[in-house]
Amino acid sequence: MKHMTEEELIAYREGEASQRAEITGHLADCKECRAEMERIDAVLAALDTLPVPDPGVDYGRRVWQQIAPRLAERPMRWWQTWLEPRRLGALGGVAALIIMAFLIGRITKPGGGKGDTIATTEQVRERVLVVAVGEHLGRSEMMLVELSNAEPNISKPKQINISSEQRRAEDLLEENRLYRQTALEAGDAGLASVLDELERVLLDVAHSPDKVTPAQFEAIQKKIEAHGILFKVRVVKKDLQQRQEAAKPTPAQNDSKNRERNKA
Amino acid sequence: MNRMQQSVESAQAIAASDAIAVERTLAGDRDAFRVLVERHSPNVFRLAYRMTGNRHDAEEVVQEAFLRSYQKLGQFAARANFGTWVYRIAANYAIDRMRQRRKEDSRREEPRVEREDGMENNPLDRVHDPAPTPERLTQSLELRKQMEAALAALSHSERTAFVMRHWEGCGIEEIAAVLKSNSGAAKNTVFRAVQKLRQALQPFVERGHQARAMGTES
Repeated sequence: MKHMTEEELIAYREGEASQRAEITGHLADCKECRAEMERIDAVLAALDTLPVPDPGVDYGRRVWQQIAPRLAERPMRWWQTWLEPRRLGALGGVAALIIMAFLIGRITKPGGGKGDTIATTEQVRERVLVVAVGEHLGRSEMMLVELSNAEPNISKPKQINISSEQRRAEDLLEENRLYRQTALEAGDAGLASVLDELERVLLDVAHSPDKVTPAQFEAIQKKIEAHGILFKVRVVKKDLQQRQEAAKPTPAQNDSKNRERNKA
Repeated sequence: MNRMQQSVESAQAIAASDAIAVERTLAGDRDAFRVLVERHSPNVFRLAYRMTGNRHDAEEVVQEAFLRSYQKLGQFAARANFGTWVYRIAANYAIDRMRQRRKEDSRREEPRVEREDGMENNPLDRVHDPAPTPERLTQSLELRKQMEAALAALSHSERTAFVMRHWEGCGIEEIAAVLKSNSGAAKNTVFRAVQKLRQALQPFVERGHQARAMGTES
């Protein structure tokens, strides 16, 4: 007698086998396959005992309370999603990158002279990334510093409004995703990794309620501190500045080039 | 009327009511969306908890799933199946969240399960056994620990496929849509997940059965 494979038995157990009647018949006749099926059943039955916590009868109401302040007045129709400020911002960012790449390409394009810099596409791309990410990190740093250094007003201890930081975090998040992707494509794993960490912190801020209690606010500050993200952002920003400086032609090179151009 | 008929009719009534709530939300009635949130939150939470393995992430997944569904409501065509749609959004976001967690955990090089209050949580704390003997408690704790470890060791796709198929009863097509694959690949992912779980857990399950059998004999 040909026995059922493990795959067939699992598919049968999970209700996906195509020949159900045939397998049912086989299991009735074959002791070995039945025993194998029982072993699979036992493991799955044990997994079924893993508890899922009860979120409580008013869970739906709590979810609503948490998300309601973050909902727009009216959901967007499909075409309106393209006009979202964040999406427009990201599109603007892409457009800016393309324009910068074009301009840098123009500036560094070999002009025929021997001493001119020949910039490869990769170099141009890296330079664009360095400049754009440097600015992005600057803005992120500013927002995180403001959040970290803010001291909640003790006279109004109930709620702190962080909606402005939240909106900034949302905008930065869109940009961050774009730059992280570009860094990955450019093979800059170190930069991509820091941007990935920054993204998680930005996500935390963007997904917080717009009004938080002092305790929640302190928890956000602690998260920023615990990730050490400010330090990492500063280090990478410095490194990018150095890369930007290194990519610039030295004044001596400029002078000699200018002299050669003047002679010509 | 039998129970199955009742359940089908109640599902149809919910779907019809969902469709109306979606239409009203799109017309600008925010309270209609509240109905959808309150109705589907517990189910989405259950899916999210099983996928992420911790309450904190599960609650974040639930909130994000509803926020995203609200933002994309205008693009939602099959309005009668809002529940399925928000489920899919939650599953996708849970996969992202699991990826982030795994990266964080690999950086810290130690397993971590977060509690609501942000404190480190021992998976063993979640064990509930009404009247365990010390031996049974030890075995039960050990098995539970192994089960959580075995689930955590699955890939994101495998865990998603297993949770959606085995616990949530989702169809293969639906799983394939979340995994962005075809139904053959989704079926195969479910199989791989069960196979891995079985390899990891069978010795512990059998040991438990043997111990129980011996306990009954004595």
